[in-house]
Amino acid sequence: MRDKGLIFAGLVFFLVLITFPVWYDLAAGTTSKGPDPKLPTAEKDCVAPLEYMRTSHMDLLLSWRDQVVRQDRLTYKAFDGKTYDMRLTGTCLKCHTNKEEFCDRCHTYAGVAPYCWECHIDPALAQRSRG
Amino acid sequence: MSIDRRKFLGVAAGASALVLAGKASVDALASGSQPKQGGSLANTRWAMVIDPAKCLKDKGCTACIAACDKVHNIPDFKNPKHVVKWIWKEPFKDAFPEQEDEYTIEQYKDKPFILMCNHCNNPPCVRVCPTQATFRREDGIVMMDWHRCIGCRYCMAACPYGSRSFNWLDPRPHIAHLDPDFPTRTKGVVEKCTFCEERLARGEGPACVEACEAKAMVFGNLDDPDSEVRQLLKARFSIRRNPELGTQPEVYYLV
Repeated sequence: MRDKGLIFAGLVFFLVLITFPVWYDLAAGTTSKGPDPKLPTAEKDCVAPLEYMRTSHMDLLLSWRDQVVRQDRLTYKAFDGKTYDMRLTGTCLKCHTNKEEFCDRCHTYAGVAPYCWECHIDPALAQRSRG
Repeated sequence: MSIDRRKFLGVAAGASALVLAGKASVDALASGSQPKQGGSLANTRWAMVIDPAKCLKDKGCTACIAACDKVHNIPDFKNPKHVVKWIWKEPFKDAFPEQEDEYTIEQYKDKPFILMCNHCNNPPCVRVCPTQATFRREDGIVMMDWHRCIGCRYCMAACPYGSRSFNWLDPRPHIAHLDPDFPTRTKGVVEKCTFCEERLARGEGPACVEACEAKAMVFGNLDDPDSEVRQLLKARFSIRRNPELGTQPEVYYLV
């Protein structure tokens, strides 16, 4: 066992190297916690149940888009019988007033960049540009 | 294998009859579950009647243009090569190049006329659009679906009236006051007048018509014989831009 020091030093080096991702994440302060979108407190009902909205809101929005622009249908009958105007800014953002704390938090986490906002205007942004 | 030829044919015939019956009922269900909406569009043909004599009384007026710019977030690029216009002014001789008779039109010749998308009944822009981003609605509005526009500018080449503009740059920084009720466009997208279809849906008239203090513009339904536009067109002679092209414009100018 003349090379004891060398072997153990090598083993330690190897262990550090192989667990590098863990150290790196700890140092960078990343967590395995999911995104934390801020839900509106004033309004309890959405246009569809939470589970559906969580997984398929994009499909709903695309369908709204085509109905409004191409088929001249303007209102949406929700699952609970209520009717809503099919509008992103006018309906969705009326309750979800803070785009940054609601839309962006999940989208940033998931690494998706929907191009809705290249044209549709976040009212808060309009307010800031005016004020 | 105890099935004989006779039995097999019988079973096969039964199965295909079942399949056919099933398909028929599914088809019936599908057509029944999607009632045709937009019935209000079917009996409507929107048109604009402009009385240039009333418009020209106040020569410097740009109220209609300003109103349109405001409600539709139309950018002002300053550079004339990049101009985006939905409604604009053009001298009579450029707006109506086919009216060559220089004496009868003497009073109008160099006067600016209000122009916009003609919402043609036979729109060449719609025919050439490869993505159906522009299409003609049942009520005659030549509509734009900016989500689908790929910026090929075929429609701009096809439109004989210069009614379409292209966003060569990101328009956002060039809009003085963002109105969150209406989307902006993005770089690489064509835009034009939509007869304020978003306001029509809310039961309002076009913004330019409402802004015109001289009441030089009248908007209405040509399919309704009692509408103001029909009455005006009945009572007075009118001209349209380049009618010889067969595009059937729906913007009329009273003379």
